[in-house]
Amino acid sequence: MSRKRKEDSIPLKPADYVFHIINYTVFALLTLICAYPFYYLIINSISANDLSANGMINLIPKGIHLKNYMEVFKLSGLPAATLVSVGRTVIGTACTVLASAYLGFMFTQERLWHRKLWYRLIVIAMYFNAGLIPMFMTMKTLHLTNSFWVYIIPAIVQPFNIIMTKTYIESLPPALQEAAEIDGAGILTRFFKVVLPISTPILATIAIWAAVGQWNSFQDTLVYITDQKLYSLQYLLYTYLNQASSLANLVKATGNASAVASVATTQTPTSIRMTISVIVVLPILMIYPMFQKYFVKGIMVGSVKG
Amino acid sequence: MDEKIQFFPFDREKFKNPVEKAQIFCVEDMEKGMLYWAKLKRKGDFYMAGISSDIKIKAGAKVKTPKVNREGGSEGFKMFLLILPFLILCFLFSYFPLHGWVYALYDYRAPLKLSQCEFVGMKWFTTLFSNPTQVKQLMVVMKNTFAMSLLGIATSFCPVLFAVFLNEVKCKWFKNVVQTLTTLPNFISWTLVYAIAFCLFSSTGMFNSVLQNLGLITEPLKILDSGDHVWLSMLLWNTWKGLGWGSIMYLAAIAGIDQEMYEAARVDGAGRMQIIRSITIPSLLPTYFVMLMLSVANFLSNGMDQYFVFQNAFNKESIQVLDLYVYNIGMTGKSLSLATAIGVLKSAVSVGLLVVVNFASKKTRGESII
Repeated sequence: MSRKRKEDSIPLKPADYVFHIINYTVFALLTLICAYPFYYLIINSISANDLSANGMINLIPKGIHLKNYMEVFKLSGLPAATLVSVGRTVIGTACTVLASAYLGFMFTQERLWHRKLWYRLIVIAMYFNAGLIPMFMTMKTLHLTNSFWVYIIPAIVQPFNIIMTKTYIESLPPALQEAAEIDGAGILTRFFKVVLPISTPILATIAIWAAVGQWNSFQDTLVYITDQKLYSLQYLLYTYLNQASSLANLVKATGNASAVASVATTQTPTSIRMTISVIVVLPILMIYPMFQKYFVKGIMVGSVKG
Repeated sequence: MDEKIQFFPFDREKFKNPVEKAQIFCVEDMEKGMLYWAKLKRKGDFYMAGISSDIKIKAGAKVKTPKVNREGGSEGFKMFLLILPFLILCFLFSYFPLHGWVYALYDYRAPLKLSQCEFVGMKWFTTLFSNPTQVKQLMVVMKNTFAMSLLGIATSFCPVLFAVFLNEVKCKWFKNVVQTLTTLPNFISWTLVYAIAFCLFSSTGMFNSVLQNLGLITEPLKILDSGDHVWLSMLLWNTWKGLGWGSIMYLAAIAGIDQEMYEAARVDGAGRMQIIRSITIPSLLPTYFVMLMLSVANFLSNGMDQYFVFQNAFNKESIQVLDLYVYNIGMTGKSLSLATAIGVLKSAVSVGLLVVVNFASKKTRGESII
């Protein structure tokens, strides 16, 4: 507080005014550039479709309606893709978080047989990558191509997360575990009853990163999946962006209400693209401001090496 | 003398060798029973005994402590069995795929088994450097890879400046809004970035329709479907996505700078720019160098997502970076063996770069980055 008062008491020179005006303006512009595209998508997805198709909606929504969101779920593939994306985010995140906590905990146990060797084995895995084609061959050998589990199983053991949890658990007072051990608690009881409940801060950080990663993941669908039923939302959005004409046909085929629908609510390729984009981005837009501190914590913990 | 009491080291660090004989030197009353303290005769370390109400030991009596083996024993092995499934997973998805590198030595055709394919030795590696069309193609790809990486490294100072000048903003809510909104693009996928690019810059997008409505242009500008300025536009999208997020680490570093330095500089009459130049930026340089070295180590790995989603027939020549090229010839072109060979070379160079950068970091900063 005292510093702030001191700063305020220094009279601003004209040069300072100029600096502040330029500085604030530049940051306002940068922020606008980052935020406007999201706003543009949202207002276009709820505006009259004949206007949005011609690029008439730039600042304020006109002819607001929510019919796009109801219609778009009638498109073949979208409900399934949503299910896949939600499923992989929920199951994948849960698996990664639990496995990271569990392994991080186990690697703090000095009695573990050849602890250092196993730990090193996992850490080294972080620094190399077999490459795209060998990975594809491996997934094929393991019968994971065209399977939902290709989204989950390879992501379970994540070296970086294990380092983070291990470092965190090591920083906890050892007396907690020792007390439980004296009371006769086995290793698993100590993990579930003692360590897991007090590790929530680091687990929340890992969970939020894993969830965003799973939701945004695109390459695994591209490489390992050919079955349309297993497309994720990201991939479906990509295919919709790239097939303008077939999309229009798809719209006509599903547009059952053509007789009743007015021009403003008839689906156009543009309206479908915008609406799906909003569906894909909305979860991120909603959770990001709420969990911002966890995101920031993630990068900070990451910069402190394990 | 009953030997059921379990002894645990009071000070974990000092406990190196298993103890066999200890002396009970203190007995305390506890709510549940008795707490026994044991003292190791020679070393004088303290051990806390388990609580057990059915054993009674006099203070000063000698007891045998069970042999605790820190480095193994049945308990250690049980723990190993508990993590074994995860070790197998790690092996399967990190180490086992390395066997795929042998595909680079065969002429592999997709549905066949590897044993049915012809062994060609180093043919693919030599083709890469001797076949004229192949060399030409690879040169184009390498040019793109180098351009994207160099442009990235050239602009890597932008997040530092972003952080420095955002730090000059004293209005707290404005700072928070700027930080939240500029970091947001980092958390959307490249597919969505492309969706946004499509909605804003395609021939029917917002950018073209605004220009047309203003009468500045008659024909829509082809921005996404053109081979011009691809490097620049990729750089701009990259910056749009990563600038705010990249600055977060520097903002944290700024928060850690000793405020007394600023006070002293102000008392000495230093101006804003002088303070930035001689205090803030020098304090950020160590962090900046770590980031710079990491990006040098990742020189060949631009990632594939960004270039894949923006790729089309018009810009393919100038957008194809190494990662994308491997995908294109391997997964769509079906020459899996050649793609694997390129991947192997890339991995070798990347590991080499990492080692070199790490060595340089150790030499110059006395600290390794990995």
